[in-house]
Formats: sequence, C-alpha cells, structure tokens
Amino acid sequence: MKPATFRSEISPDWCPGCGNYGIVAALTRAFAALGLSSDRVALVSGIGCSAKTVHYLNAYGLHTLHGRGLPVAQGLKLARPELTVIAIAGDGDGMGIGAGHFVGAGRRNVDLLYLLFNNEVYGMTKGQAAPTLELGARPKGLARPNLQGRVNPLALAYAAGFTFIARGFAFDTRGLAELIAEGIRHRGLALVEILQPCPTYNDLHTREWFAERIYPLKEAGYDPEAASPGVFLEAAEAWGERIPVGIFWRRRLPTFEERLGLSELPKNAPAARARALIEDARI
Amino acid sequence: MRGFTWRIGGPQGAGVDRAAQVFAQGFAVSGRYAAMRREYHSNIMGRHSYADVRVEAEPRPGFFARVNALSAMDGETLARHLGAVSPGGLLVYDPEAVRGRLSSLSFLDPPARERVARALGIADPSLEDVLEAYRLGGVEPVPVPAKALLKEAGAGSRALGTLLAAVAARMLGLERSAFLQALEGVFSARPEVLAMNRRLSELAFERFEPKHEAPPARFAGARIWVNGSMASAMGKVAAGLGFMSYYPITPATEEPFYLEAHPESGVTVVQVEDELSAVNMAIGAALAGTPAALTTSGPGFSLMPEALSFAGLVEAPLVVTLYQRGGPSTGLPTRHEQGDLLFALFAGHGEFPRAVLASGSVEEMYEDAALALRLAWRYQMPVVHLADKHLAQVQKVLSPFDPAVPRAEPKTAEPAPAFPRYRLEVEDGVSPFIPVGEPGGYYWITSDEHDEYGHITEDPELRVAMMDKRLKKLKALRAELAPEAMYRYYRPEAPAVVVGWGSVKEAALAALAEVAGIGYLQVRFLAPFPNLGEVLAGKRVAVLEQNATGQLARLLAMESGIRPETLILKYNGRPMTIEEVTEAFRAFARGEAGPRVVLREGV
Repeated sequence: MKPATFRSEISPDWCPGCGNYGIVAALTRAFAALGLSSDRVALVSGIGCSAKTVHYLNAYGLHTLHGRGLPVAQGLKLARPELTVIAIAGDGDGMGIGAGHFVGAGRRNVDLLYLLFNNEVYGMTKGQAAPTLELGARPKGLARPNLQGRVNPLALAYAAGFTFIARGFAFDTRGLAELIAEGIRHRGLALVEILQPCPTYNDLHTREWFAERIYPLKEAGYDPEAASPGVFLEAAEAWGERIPVGIFWRRRLPTFEERLGLSELPKNAPAARARALIEDARI
Repeated sequence: MRGFTWRIGGPQGAGVDRAAQVFAQGFAVSGRYAAMRREYHSNIMGRHSYADVRVEAEPRPGFFARVNALSAMDGETLARHLGAVSPGGLLVYDPEAVRGRLSSLSFLDPPARERVARALGIADPSLEDVLEAYRLGGVEPVPVPAKALLKEAGAGSRALGTLLAAVAARMLGLERSAFLQALEGVFSARPEVLAMNRRLSELAFERFEPKHEAPPARFAGARIWVNGSMASAMGKVAAGLGFMSYYPITPATEEPFYLEAHPESGVTVVQVEDELSAVNMAIGAALAGTPAALTTSGPGFSLMPEALSFAGLVEAPLVVTLYQRGGPSTGLPTRHEQGDLLFALFAGHGEFPRAVLASGSVEEMYEDAALALRLAWRYQMPVVHLADKHLAQVQKVLSPFDPAVPRAEPKTAEPAPAFPRYRLEVEDGVSPFIPVGEPGGYYWITSDEHDEYGHITEDPELRVAMMDKRLKKLKALRAELAPEAMYRYYRPEAPAVVVGWGSVKEAALAALAEVAGIGYLQVRFLAPFPNLGEVLAGKRVAVLEQNATGQLARLLAMESGIRPETLILKYNGRPMTIEEVTEAFRAFARGEAGPRVVLREGV
C-alpha cells in the first residue's frame, strides 16, 4: 500500500501550519514502508488536537478519553497481540492527566508504540501551559509566566522502564517516519516524542526555531544500545541551542505479553474452562 | 442435634480463617450443609477477627447473631463476644488466656471495653469476671490445655486455631476422618504444616468426648466449596471471560486474585496502576473482542464514572462487579454495606443505557456474573453487577455449578473497510459489532458524539438519532427480561411485603419462615427497574436495606410511585442477622414498626 491509501476521507480541522500535518505524513509513510495494511493497525488516542489524528487515517482508530489512551491501547494489544498498536497522546494528555499510565506502562513493556505530540501547550483549550513547558516561559496564551517546571518525557520514560526511547521533529517527515517504523519494529514499549510547533499558541518555539536547532544524535556517534544511563540522561537533557533527535535508548526485555505467557493461556471453550475451575473447587 | 452455629475468634493473622475453613469443610465433606462468614479489621496482624460457621442438615439461608459454641483463641475474643453464646452452649478456650484485666488488652478499644464493663457492672473487669459471666449465662466452659497439647504434638502457637476448632468439632459430633480430610484439603500445599496439624487434631479427638450428635448427613452427590468471589469468577468464565484488570482494593480483589492463581481459566489478569487504568484497559480488551470485566469497591468505583460514560457512548461491552463495603470515603474498608445502589445507577456524566443487577447469594453470584457478561455483549453497553463484602467472602458447600450457560456474544457482521460501527437502522438499538483488529475491516470510534462511521459530529439531527438509538437498547432489554428475571417474589399472596435487594435476601428468607402474613420481593434488576407499581398495589410495603438512607425506597418512589411505610435499615458494617430481621418483620406484620427501624446487632 502507498502512503496515500492510509489517508481517510476526513479533512483535518487543525490550524494551518500545525505540526500534526507532518506527523500524519510520517505515519502513512512508515506504514507503507513496513508493508502494513489498514486492518492490521490500531491507533488509540486520548483527547485534544493530537487525538483527532486517528480520524484522518485509514486504520482502526480509537479516540478515547483524556489521558486514557494508554490503558485502552494496552487492553487492545493484550487481547489482540498480533495487531500493530500505536498510542497517541498530546503533552497534557500524556505527561499531565495520563502520567500515571505512562509510568505504569513503562513497568510492563507491552509491545506497542507510544507517540507523544509535544508542542508545550494545551492548544484545544486556548494555549495553557503543558507539563512540558519550561519554568518561567510565557507563550502568548498565558496570563503570566509558567509557574511550574518542565517534565522531560525521555527521562521519565527511562525511569519508568520504556525499552525504546526516541525523539523526532514533526516537520522532518522522513526522519520521523524512520523513527516511527523503528518504534513499531521494536519488541516492547517504544516512545517517540515528537517536537512540534503550535502555530496558534506557542510563539516561542516555532517551526523555524526547531529547524535551526535539531540535529541527529547518530551523527554525533551516539549508540542507543550501548549508551550508559549517564550518557543517555545527558543527551535527553540537552536543550537550547542544540536539540538532539533520533533514538536515545534501545534495550531488549521480555514484553508483558511474554511475561503473562499469553500464548500458553488455554483457549478452549468457556464451558470447559469454567468446568476446570469448578472441578478444582471440589471437596 | 439440630443445626448449630459455631464461632471462632482471635487475633488477625493467627489462623482464625484457616481453622474455620477446616471446621466448616469437615462438616461439608461429611455431607452436612455448611456455610461460613468472616469479620475482620482493616489490619494485617493483631486486631480481632472472627468467623461463624453454620451447620445444618438441610440448606438454610442466613446467619444468626447467637451461636451455640465459641472457640476463643484469646482473651479479647472472650470479652467481645460476651452474650453471643446461647444458654447450653459451649465455650472452648485456653485457660492461659484468661488473665488480667480488660484494660490491659491493647486492641480492645474503649467502646467495646465499656460495653462489657456496663454489662457486668464492673468498672474494669478481669477476664475471670468475663468467664464467670459466660457461666452465669448457662454456657459450659471447656478449658483446653493448649500449651501442653501443642507441645505434645510438636506444634507451634500458630496451630492454636486448629486445636480449638478440632475440640469444638469433636464435641459437636463431627467424625474424626472428616476433620482430617478437611485438614488435608486446606493445608495440601504445605505438607509439614499439615502433618503437625494432623497430630494436633488427632490429640484433640482423643482427649475430648462428643457432647452433641452432628446434624444428619443429607447432602448427596458432588460438592464444591466456594465463596461469592469465586462463584462470580466462575460465572464470568463460563460466559466467556477472557480479560480482567484490577487495582487492589478490599473486598474486590479476591476475584481477580483467584483467577490469577488459576491460569486454566484462560483469563488474562492484569494488576494495573490505578482504577482509571483498570476500567479503560478492560474497555480496550472488550473493543478488541475479548469479554472483559473488572472488580472494584466504592472508592475504586468512584474513579470510574468517566469511563463508564465512555463505554456507554462508544457502546463497549463492559462488566463492573461492584463489591460494596462500608462508606462514605474509606469508611469501613473491611465491613459490609449496601451504600452504592444509587451511585451505581447514576455514576457517569450524560445519559446512556446501562444495566444494574444485584445478587442475593453465592449461587446467584455465579448465575448473575454470567448473565451480566452476556447482557453487556448482547446490548453493547456497561453492566454493573452489585455485590458486597458479605457476598464476596461468605463461603459455602454447594453442588457444582453447571458450566453450560449462555455465552457473551455480540451481534456481528462481515468486516469491511470503513465499517459503519454505529449503524442507525437497528430496531433494538444494537448496531452490529466487529472487534477492533478483525482482519478485513477497520473503523473508528470516538468519545465525541459521532456518525455511523464513528467520526465526530455535532450535527443536531444526527445527535438526536444517535442518542435515541443508544437509549432504545433499554427497551429491548426490558422486553427480553421476563418479570421473574427482574424480581423474585416469595409468598406473593401475603398482604404485606418487604422489598429488598442484594445480600439481605438470606436473612429475609430465614425471617419469612418465622413470620406469617409477610412476603419478600427481591429486586434483581435495579436498571432497568421492574414494573412494581401493579405488583405492589394495595399491599403494605416496607424495604430492607443495608444502608442508612433507604436507597431502594427512593428508587421505588421514583420508578413505581410507591412510598414504603417502613424502612428497615442497617449500617453498622455487620450483615443482618436472622434474629433482628425476624423481629423487625414481626413488628412490621403487626403494623407496629413505625417509619424507620435500625438494626444494630453484630460484633
């Protein structure tokens, strides 16, 4: 299938210049590169601008509750392990109201890809500070400078146990598509943080601002499979004049599906399974 | 001897529960009807706990407040249960525990101590005073030289419960072989502990003589020993359960914990980070075509209404088993209450169809758990199955459940790209379902109002059509459920009727046997609510509920226009006893109950 066949007939209602357009392009490109078909992919989103993504793609698309995309995605994946499951969250969705699930999911290592759309603001509710916005920053939607500090999604993912941690840029479609494809290929829980401008509410970090700062980690000789926690954290914390993108961390750990022994669970008829339980209760 | 009730009490963590199980299963394996209930503090070790075992020749519902024999593992048990043993009953105890004053018992809290002091008319009674009071009440003390017997059997102090249970079982007429058989069942996983307990039990049967004859053994055929949590799990599995997520909470965790220990159930059980995750993960699994459920209690359910509303809108088949406990807030975490009826009915923002049903016994837990799952799938909507602490933990001997129950199955269709998941042209409101991930198809779902394809819409006409489609399901469900599925009416010819729901049923039926002129109507479906207006027309009506405000009474007024003349309520955290319900029914039958009767029994 070609990338375009993954685009649905629904017209996106994002603002002109929104980073989400680049992300949709990267997703369709990655699906095509991996030879996926629409019936083998499920996208699960929360609430917010990012969450509408699922409607614009031809695949199983679940637009759920604010912050709850990850639990729904995990339930889906555990029920249908053969499916490619991608959870989509905005920065508020993933790092704010859904942060507990981010940590819980990291501890399990379910085989799915988690995309964190990070534009540092709550766009849909007119530009409030997201948990990823720096302390003291004041994009135009804020009444006063941000009073709360910034959470680093990459560092949090590491602390929680994600086994694949990456960062891309929404308008580097080719590079982002590669990261998405790598994240899907990875056996375990993968995070791709996607830096993106919010042209309407984030006047600090624009498309141009990002474009002149980002650089690929691998050009600096960084190896995500060999990086020590210290080296990883240094790369993850780098921000400002130079912002690295690429794969920061990659390890192989048993997936939650493997830990649960899903493939060995009996699949016989319900009555037979119930009979086994009832027999076991005999006295 | 006719049937009897035996009680054993002692510090939490000292083996009260296991001793009671051995005792109860001993009578069960030998063909008697046995049932057991437990009471305990929210504490891991040290605070008072006890268990009651009722043994009968025939199946008999409910538990009494008064017991025929008490095995006391410590002085605190003697003090707390003063007055609970009927005249002529037995008190099996370790004389070494009868030492010192009540004020020296660190876990006997002041209100309990003061009650005993008042009863005895002594400011700070000694345990000897307490023992004397048992004697004066016509109770026969049976001192057991525990230290010597434990030593002789080479057993540690943790086997005290087994010893006092064995002595009581012996005196109440149980066969030695039956006790040992039960012991083997309960301790099968730990051979050394079993051997030690066996030696001890043999000593007990040797040194003590039977005082009573056990009830005749009339239970024929195969038998199982289950509690409500197990019955609920079994029922769900029989109907096709494949997934259960949970966050630990008393008393709802026994069910998933039991399934975790039994992989032959085929159920994927996941302990998650919080209740929001539990409910949403179950929804995810269900949308992928796997019958999914979760169990929780009040504080956990309080975190789930948003997801319940989500399941209602996206038409996800979801079963929540709500094991109520004493609220509000953390309330009485290990005690019993039915305080969440109206919450279960109305939890969640906006309007969406749901079913709510309540079980009245362990047997009904099996039947209703299976039914809840089947209805969730048939109607593609959330179903709340109401149970409570009492039902979760009451254990009894039963004939094996029939695993052939109707399965949870959706109305389905051929998968297709851009499948119209929310087709409007459906008479019963149920659009055909294909699981997310089914090869050959794909579609969208959204928590926004949507069109037939699951895309967001704010169109005013479409909104009304979708809302109407969803709400039509209730009409179809009501049409499917025969009146007798929605309620059970015992002695309908009586001019007065007590209406109740859930686990008050057993005490109510036991009381009904004692009081003429009263019927009992058990409401099984709280939503959709049965048409009781005509059924109850011209009757005197009371309600029986384990809560403080009469939630069913309000529901009756709302749904049926009936205002009960009497509310019989209990909210001290202890389940209703046969004695107090009988007394309340008598007063109601005589027309002397007044508007509100509060039941207060229980330790």
